[in-house]
Amino acid sequence: MFASCADPSSLEGLAWLACYLTNGKHLLFYGSFGTVLLLLAVTAPVSLAFGFAGAMASRSRFLPLAWAGKIYTSVVRGVPDIVFFLFFVIALDQGIEWLRHQALCPGWTEPVRQGSDFIVCPEAKMPLSTAPQTVHEIYNFSLAVVTFAIVFGAFAANVLYGAMNAVPRAQLETAHAYGMNDRQTFWRILVPQMWVYALPGLGNLWMILIKATPLLFLLGVRDIVYWARELGGSKTAIYAYPHPDWRLYYFLFLLVFYLAFTRVSEIVFERLSRKLSHGQATAAGEAQRRQA
Amino acid sequence: MSCWETFSAYAFRSLGIGERLLPKADITLCEQVVLIGSGLIWNIYFAAFALLLGFFLATALAVAKDTPSPWVRKPAEWFIFLFRGSPLFIQFFLAYEAFVLLPKAGIEFTLFGIEFGATTRWLTRAWLGATIVLFLNTAAYTGEIFYGALRSIPKGDLEAADAYGLTGWHKFRRVVWPTMLRLAWPAYTNEAIFLFHATTLVFFSGFPAWKQMGDALYYANYFADATFNPFIPYPIVAGFFVCMTLVIISLFGAINKRLNRHLPQARRRKIALRLNLIR
Repeated sequence: MFASCADPSSLEGLAWLACYLTNGKHLLFYGSFGTVLLLLAVTAPVSLAFGFAGAMASRSRFLPLAWAGKIYTSVVRGVPDIVFFLFFVIALDQGIEWLRHQALCPGWTEPVRQGSDFIVCPEAKMPLSTAPQTVHEIYNFSLAVVTFAIVFGAFAANVLYGAMNAVPRAQLETAHAYGMNDRQTFWRILVPQMWVYALPGLGNLWMILIKATPLLFLLGVRDIVYWARELGGSKTAIYAYPHPDWRLYYFLFLLVFYLAFTRVSEIVFERLSRKLSHGQATAAGEAQRRQA
Repeated sequence: MSCWETFSAYAFRSLGIGERLLPKADITLCEQVVLIGSGLIWNIYFAAFALLLGFFLATALAVAKDTPSPWVRKPAEWFIFLFRGSPLFIQFFLAYEAFVLLPKAGIEFTLFGIEFGATTRWLTRAWLGATIVLFLNTAAYTGEIFYGALRSIPKGDLEAADAYGLTGWHKFRRVVWPTMLRLAWPAYTNEAIFLFHATTLVFFSGFPAWKQMGDALYYANYFADATFNPFIPYPIVAGFFVCMTLVIISLFGAINKRLNRHLPQARRRKIALRLNLIR
């Protein structure tokens, strides 16, 4: 990156370290922190939407829909999440290719599953084998996002379902008494009030989501764990920057990153809950009123 | 190969007993169920030891966090923060790298004529190394649960203990500790379930499966890779885990009943299942 780094073997001490920490691979490593943050930024709203849909389905008066919502939440929560991560990535991939296969190659007569092989016609491959590397990476990343959203959506659905039930019934009855129909009561009375009840659960979920991000590594995305292993492994003299096994220090760095991240989130959620409790008919809101 | 033969060949494969080679071609449903079930032994082993040992450390941590003296309180707080604030996945990686470096750092000493340096080698094996990480992790989570319970012991119970002249150890053993357990038990049940689920991370996080002796998910992953069909092995794992979760719930439910046996029927606390996710 810097001009002085042209010949690493001549460098010593801090200058070597500065050049080492700014070489191309390390820039990719720093970039992968962006991947993690991007995953969080995309997954959080998407799984919240999944959770909202799940909670609405669970509350539905149409029984099959209510069952579907309840089965979705309880199955996902009863099984180790990592099973889902490993399962959905292959299952989604094969499902998409199978659908494309059905749509694009109607003349294909051989079965898709032949023994231990899964064969679709070349046009149905996802992404196409001619696609550039970045398309493959984006596709992998989107599969990871969908998988995270499905798993965390179930947890969010559980939290939101509880929060919807926690809104005092009198509020809803008052809305009905004013002549609002079910839809209006839901959107104008229930939804605005449920957040204060959902916040502790959602905050907890956010922490768990942060701590689940290293699993991206298992989904084949080049995330921070991948780079930490890659860069930390011992490098022989054929590399520009030879060093012994430094993986311990790289993982220590990741540990500090996660500790700082969860701590900051904790503080933010504390502030947020204080703000949301303002003027609410809860113990926290009452305490604020008395203080003022 | 009949299903019974498969069972006798692979039932204890995860412990290294029986057929050495894993099934490669023409994998049957029976083979998948037996081998994945065999892997479940490791999950149960990890969970049982970590929970058993973690329980005692958690009690100590909770008491330490509740002490006014900062010299005792701060270390406990930091320990809990360290293990609750970081992903278990990273903890596994970090611990494994640290354990690998240990012998190289040269911790070898002789005590009473016995060489102890050789023991550090075992830390890199999953059976010891991963159990230690899981033990520390669950101790931190449980410690926080117990601390919360310790803080919510009814004032009247403590005053009654004082009135009876109980102090120190006796007060703790007869009043504080049982009440703490009783209050913490529903949350502790959930923690036990998460810990059991978390044991699936072991063989995906640095610790190698020695001679292909792995846990349930390790074999499921093996089958999914071998057959390229995720729709059979993963549901099998899921089924096993749902069953084990039910076993844990009934086991902890029985203990919960015993802890609450002195209370009037209406005040007994039922275990509300609130499943969380990974640490």
